[in-house]
Amino acid sequence: MLDEAAISARVAEIVTAHQGMEGPLLPILHEVQAAFGHVPQAALPQIAEALCMTRAEVHGVMTFYHDFRAAPAGKHVLKLCRAEACQSMGADRVAAHAQASLGVDWHETTPDGRVTLEPVFCLGLCACAPAAMVDGRVVGRVDEARVDALIAEVR
Amino acid sequence: MKDFILPDADYGTPASKSKQMVTLNIDGFDVTVPEGTSIMRAAAQIGINVPKLCATDSLDAFGSCRLCLVEIEGRNGTPASCTTPVAAGIKVHTQTGRLKQLRRGVMELYISDHPLDCLTCAANGDCELQDMAGAVGLRDVRYEAVETHFQAKNTSGEANPQWLPKDDSNPYFSYDPSKCIVCNRCVRACEEVQGTFALTIEGRGWDSRVKAGGANDTFLTSDCVSCGACVQACPTATLIEKSVIDIGTPDKSIVTTCAYCGVGCQFKAEMRGDELVRMTPYKHGKANRGHSCVKGRFAYGYASHRDRILKPMIRESINDPWQEVSWAEAMEFAARRMKAVQDKYGRQSIGVITSSRCTNEETYLVQKLTRAVFMNNNTDTCARVCHSPTGYGLGQTFGTSAGTQDFDSVEDCDVALVIGANPVSGHPVFASRLKKRLRQGAKLIVVDPRRTEMVEGAHYKAAHHLALKPGTNVAIVTALAHVIVTEKLYNEEFIRSRCDWDEFQDYMEFVADPRHSPEAIELLTGVPAAEVRGAARLYATGGNAAIYYGLGVTEHSQGSTTVIGIANLAMLTGNIGRPGVGVNPLRGQNNVQGSCDMGSFPHELPGYRHVKDAGVRAIYEQAWGVKIDPEPGLRIPNMLDAAVEGSFKGLYCQGEDILQSDPDTKHVAAGLAAMECVIVHDLFLNETANYAHVFFPGSSFLEKNGTFTNAERRINMVRKVMAPKQGFEDWEVTQMFANAMLKEMGGAGWTYTHPSQIMDEIALTTPSFAGVSYDRLEELGSIQWPCNEKAPEGTPMMHIDGFVRGRGKFIRTEYVATDEKTGPRFPLLLTTGRILSQYNVGAQTRRTQNVVWHPEDILEVHPHDAETRGIRDGDWVRLASRAGETTLRVTITDRVSPGVVYTTFHHPSTQANVVTTDFSDWATNCPEYKVTAVQISPSNGPSDWQEAYEAQAAQSRRIAAAE
Repeated sequence: MLDEAAISARVAEIVTAHQGMEGPLLPILHEVQAAFGHVPQAALPQIAEALCMTRAEVHGVMTFYHDFRAAPAGKHVLKLCRAEACQSMGADRVAAHAQASLGVDWHETTPDGRVTLEPVFCLGLCACAPAAMVDGRVVGRVDEARVDALIAEVR
Repeated sequence: MKDFILPDADYGTPASKSKQMVTLNIDGFDVTVPEGTSIMRAAAQIGINVPKLCATDSLDAFGSCRLCLVEIEGRNGTPASCTTPVAAGIKVHTQTGRLKQLRRGVMELYISDHPLDCLTCAANGDCELQDMAGAVGLRDVRYEAVETHFQAKNTSGEANPQWLPKDDSNPYFSYDPSKCIVCNRCVRACEEVQGTFALTIEGRGWDSRVKAGGANDTFLTSDCVSCGACVQACPTATLIEKSVIDIGTPDKSIVTTCAYCGVGCQFKAEMRGDELVRMTPYKHGKANRGHSCVKGRFAYGYASHRDRILKPMIRESINDPWQEVSWAEAMEFAARRMKAVQDKYGRQSIGVITSSRCTNEETYLVQKLTRAVFMNNNTDTCARVCHSPTGYGLGQTFGTSAGTQDFDSVEDCDVALVIGANPVSGHPVFASRLKKRLRQGAKLIVVDPRRTEMVEGAHYKAAHHLALKPGTNVAIVTALAHVIVTEKLYNEEFIRSRCDWDEFQDYMEFVADPRHSPEAIELLTGVPAAEVRGAARLYATGGNAAIYYGLGVTEHSQGSTTVIGIANLAMLTGNIGRPGVGVNPLRGQNNVQGSCDMGSFPHELPGYRHVKDAGVRAIYEQAWGVKIDPEPGLRIPNMLDAAVEGSFKGLYCQGEDILQSDPDTKHVAAGLAAMECVIVHDLFLNETANYAHVFFPGSSFLEKNGTFTNAERRINMVRKVMAPKQGFEDWEVTQMFANAMLKEMGGAGWTYTHPSQIMDEIALTTPSFAGVSYDRLEELGSIQWPCNEKAPEGTPMMHIDGFVRGRGKFIRTEYVATDEKTGPRFPLLLTTGRILSQYNVGAQTRRTQNVVWHPEDILEVHPHDAETRGIRDGDWVRLASRAGETTLRVTITDRVSPGVVYTTFHHPSTQANVVTTDFSDWATNCPEYKVTAVQISPSNGPSDWQEAYEAQAAQSRRIAAAE
């Protein structure tokens, strides 16, 4: 667990590295998330101040993008597509199976901290629906068996 | 909120400033509008109101609600009329079968996620969503409300995670997320109008919610400054005044003027019967243009506070309890006593202090009281302690004792030089307008010892912050001039044509001297020379440069010199006489300009004309039928000195609390205690009243007719919205007292029956007000003086083709250090200021819920100074100066520089002015509040003086029980 001073120092470094860039907020948030695995709440006022913005604005931007996390995720992240094409190919059934076998609901992490399950809306893989993503790798034609295999892989 | 009563037309989008006109056809009617106007606005101008929800004309078009769709012949689709600009020759249709169907569909979706509790909703009858449902003919909602944001529990009784509870943390308005349609108007108002950026939309899509601050904030803990812009913009009951929830919708509204700072915002007092429901900023108010701050919009509760005194009171001695008496008795007692003082100690032994919070008419009567009834010139006003150097300095250099511009001028300014002022706290509505201009790209220079909220904020940052040592204003201003002169950045053409060239030569010789260079004064002021040079270059070459200054300039031993230096800067660079430039004093109180105009000073009759001028005296001698004393009277400090010496024994003090607001409290107390008749005319038993023998209860600004004059010389109407709670408007009280005095003396009484007659008398006797009358004010809304035959509609901008005095006058500005110096015993410099939520001595704002933001005065100390003294954040400290000592709590911050401490003076228990000294401006006696040498040390609690004072105050405020 990082202490506040360490977070603040690292965030300051990141902010400084983006000085002079036009529209630096998103790149900064990305890099902060890369550094800590999530965007710590404490970083937001600090970023806001450095950019002459308010914490409301930074909060608004961060919450607009689902991929910015307010808390750390599990070691692995399994995302299942829930958009229309995948739904029509049985995504809901697959999702229910994944939830049951992991024992978690959406946005939750297994108690051992290994897997976080998240919904995603369209991975651009509609032709191979239902689609999934494991730690950034996309997987097509996901059925119950393939989900089990994916889960086995990350557990 | 939309305006329920006397609705002001909402054109949907802001007006275009283009000169290019475009003609188009809307629903068969031709309309010609400036290029860049939206189709929505063009339609509204010919009375065609396109349905809308996310548009309002105080905000830029946003195009999110999809209700304002129109069809344009020859173009595809149905564009939003708010975001589509007009084009020549287009034919627009606002009401077709296709549009009707689309709008109904949109409305249906909105209503499917909105509680249908209109009858019990606080916005019932005052809701744009309700209106639009009617306008589009919504008759049915086909969607079943399954997942919603407005139901706390779903049909099976489980908590709905989408439902959020009300946020009632702000004392004045509530935020109910369940009624929100996420139109974004509040967020945009906070950004575009107020410039605070405290609100955002959290999440996206279905999850989108209005949110104040970050994840864990409420409205109160966020950056929200409670200006009310979001409440004003909200089309539903999502953001609504708690007073409307409590009382109900208002049924009439009266336009009046705010009684707080010198910006002079106009408000609509919205009433139900004689109960004030809310104050909403008036769109056509020329100073505020529909904006407001927390004080004017919400902090009016003091007028009905239980501390308000409603019966006249008298007492033989200040050690006795007060006795409530009838008005007649009080008048008789006061007149008899004043007369006795004058009989015993002479004509010059009594005087008056006029109020900068009362109306022009009331102030005029009070100075007339001393000149025509007391027969002396012993009148002074609280401007003595704030902006008297402005009157002197600008009078000497330009020829008028007032600011040169109107507030609209800021929209054309390219460089704003803010000296010794913190408009974000002191003049918030002006600050919002300035910040808007800064976000558009104007540059900012701040000269202030403290890193104020003006230096840096959401989307603006000062190009230069000259954090000078308190008391070195003249050195800095002269150094700026030095750079402009030696680097030849001055505007020779302007100086040759508008100013006296010989005087300029003399001034140039003086200012070019290397001892005035930024490098030479760096050690003295603590400001790096490069910063000063940069600031001077920016001011001189950055385009339209305007100076805005406040009490940080005037309240110094060299206050007048700094004002002159500021005027020199503007003349050097030719920044006078056109939009976007000028010299603009930010006046502290609502009518401080007016009280100066009305002849409140001991040496000046109304209109700044010296009492030594026999011609001017003749005008008043004829009008009043008395002989006017040709000798100037006493200033406030002289009155107090004379009181201590025993030659000044009686005072009528209207609407000012000199004991709390004037420097060196102990001296003021001694002066008051030595008097034999002190009459206090105020809403509350203020601190001065502890030493009074007669108390006349005053009426609030809601209870009287009159006019206030704001910082831009604008005379605004104050209208009576309810009967005076204590029976009389203040001008009537002064008249009763004058008549009681005259009765004692056997003279003829005053017979005004309405303040308009007083204004007529002012207009008749004062050239700069010659064209002012209540009829004209009703007609024009407001008038900026001078208003006379040459300028029948008033004068928004002064010195356009030449200075009022003829040629602009350059005067040398030699820096002389104040006698108040730091040393081993008092090594720190104390400077004082204000906070947004409180006003002046706090008599009004402390009696409102504004105290949630500022319950006590706090001393700001730099971490370095705190550490060497072993002081921690939140500790009590003893603050001692050569004049006295007090205690208060500390906050440790780097807003102040090492060696400087800062506090506010809003609370009487703090007694900040016990510490300030009696040094004052060389020309006008304006006290040096801004510089006091002090020492701080850890402390356990209140000082002996604070305890003794509390005891005396409690003793003195006793009111005897009625028999």
